[in-house]
Amino acid sequence: MCAASNPVAGRDGLAVLDSEEIRRALTRIAHEILERTHGGDGVILLGIPTRGVPLARRLAARIGEFEGLDVPCGSLDVTMHRDDLRLHPARALGRTELPPGGVDGKTVVLIDDVLYSGRTVRAALDALNDLGRPRSVQLAVLVDRGHRELPIRADYVGKNLPTSQREVVHVLLTEVDAQDSVTISGEGGKP
Amino acid sequence: MKRHLISAADLSRGDAVLILDTAEELASLADRPIKKLPTLRGRTVVNLFYEDSTRTRISFEAAAKRLSADVINFSAKGSSVAKGESLKDTALTLEAMGADAVIIRHGASGAAHRLADWVRGSVLNAGDGTHEHPTQALLDAFTIRRRLRGTAAAGARGAGLDGLRVTIVGDVLHSRVARSNVLLLSTLGAEVTLAAPPTLLPLAVGSWPCAVSYDLDSELSKSDVVMMLRVQQERMNAAYFPSVREYSRRYGLDAARMARLPGHAIVMHPGPMNRGVEIAAEVADSVRSTIVEQVANGVTTRMAVLYLLLGGTEFPATGEAR
Repeated sequence: MCAASNPVAGRDGLAVLDSEEIRRALTRIAHEILERTHGGDGVILLGIPTRGVPLARRLAARIGEFEGLDVPCGSLDVTMHRDDLRLHPARALGRTELPPGGVDGKTVVLIDDVLYSGRTVRAALDALNDLGRPRSVQLAVLVDRGHRELPIRADYVGKNLPTSQREVVHVLLTEVDAQDSVTISGEGGKP
Repeated sequence: MKRHLISAADLSRGDAVLILDTAEELASLADRPIKKLPTLRGRTVVNLFYEDSTRTRISFEAAAKRLSADVINFSAKGSSVAKGESLKDTALTLEAMGADAVIIRHGASGAAHRLADWVRGSVLNAGDGTHEHPTQALLDAFTIRRRLRGTAAAGARGAGLDGLRVTIVGDVLHSRVARSNVLLLSTLGAEVTLAAPPTLLPLAVGSWPCAVSYDLDSELSKSDVVMMLRVQQERMNAAYFPSVREYSRRYGLDAARMARLPGHAIVMHPGPMNRGVEIAAEVADSVRSTIVEQVANGVTTRMAVLYLLLGGTEFPATGEAR
């Protein structure tokens, strides 16, 4: 059997993005957010815990560098709105922290590390709905790995990564994991 | 976590910290325009109250409703219990109605434990006789952690109550709150001292994980937390102290005693208070008093417990639960 017929085994632990590439992807997304929102007026960035939160902070810092604009940034925990709660033992909650002024009338950009089934984002939209009424909601992700189960798409994507459903994508960020990298591995494997 | 919450001793340190951390995240819900989460939609919670209660029943009801559970209130007065129905038959009725959780308050110690054998859902002890009241202990621990260790934003997440000195004062003998607090607070690393007249201490107090003192005044200056207990005259069928006035003079917390506490110390009371007996009005209304905060924290803490017991996968039914 040649390696090409078994892509899962062939890509085990493969680095998809290194720290430089993550930095460039975030820089591009920051520019795209500024472009798409006409200068970032009324934008707030909400990261989805765990790894969406440091990504949101990095994007806010990047936008501050480029335009001298102080973009409010916070976190949105979606645990209580998930549709798979009954499939697992109760999980610990993450933080929800809104910037002062809340979300009413703002352009909210949700930020997560990996977009997969779309169910987390659906939960995030529900959670957001209980917090106020944003003018619009957009979605930024570092990696879009496909296999959507709901009609949800990202507005800003760091990298489109075609995967098999048996593969696992690991995003590591300095703030949480002491290093920056995105890797892909076979079923259940660790990078 | 276990399926039921009968005793504070059921909780490991990890469980207790998880409940406090969950409560910490849920606390922000109180400031939001929509104080409701969809998490327990379609689950039924029964409030089964054989004894009078305002705060605990309302607190559990608010907690369950904020998590979108359906709440059935059952009080012994005006129900078939008044016609002589036994606890077991009532339990089987609730079982047949499909209760996912039963919150029970009962005058007999051990009632919650018995009930747990008869129903399939989770049983939460909301006070059984003079035995335990674990959610009160949890909300007290939560209040202490918030006041003295800061909120989650200040990095209290994951913290216990290590090194804090808690003095529990008064009618320990009749108090389910005291027993649950001694067990839980010591699990969380606090040093607990009971200060009470010898007649109001249970016989087996030597086996509890705490120190005992008959002299409140000597404990004040080294306490971070003073928790006053209500003198439960309705449970007293003998003379435990010569007079209310004498009790109040030796074990009541008045302004002079409060002044001897360290600057950061807080004063707690599980309520309802006998103002002028165990706590003076000026103490109850002072900035050190957490009494109103405890009520608000009660809803939050009970939400955390309900979420952690009911929010996830259903616990596999055990043989004896059938």
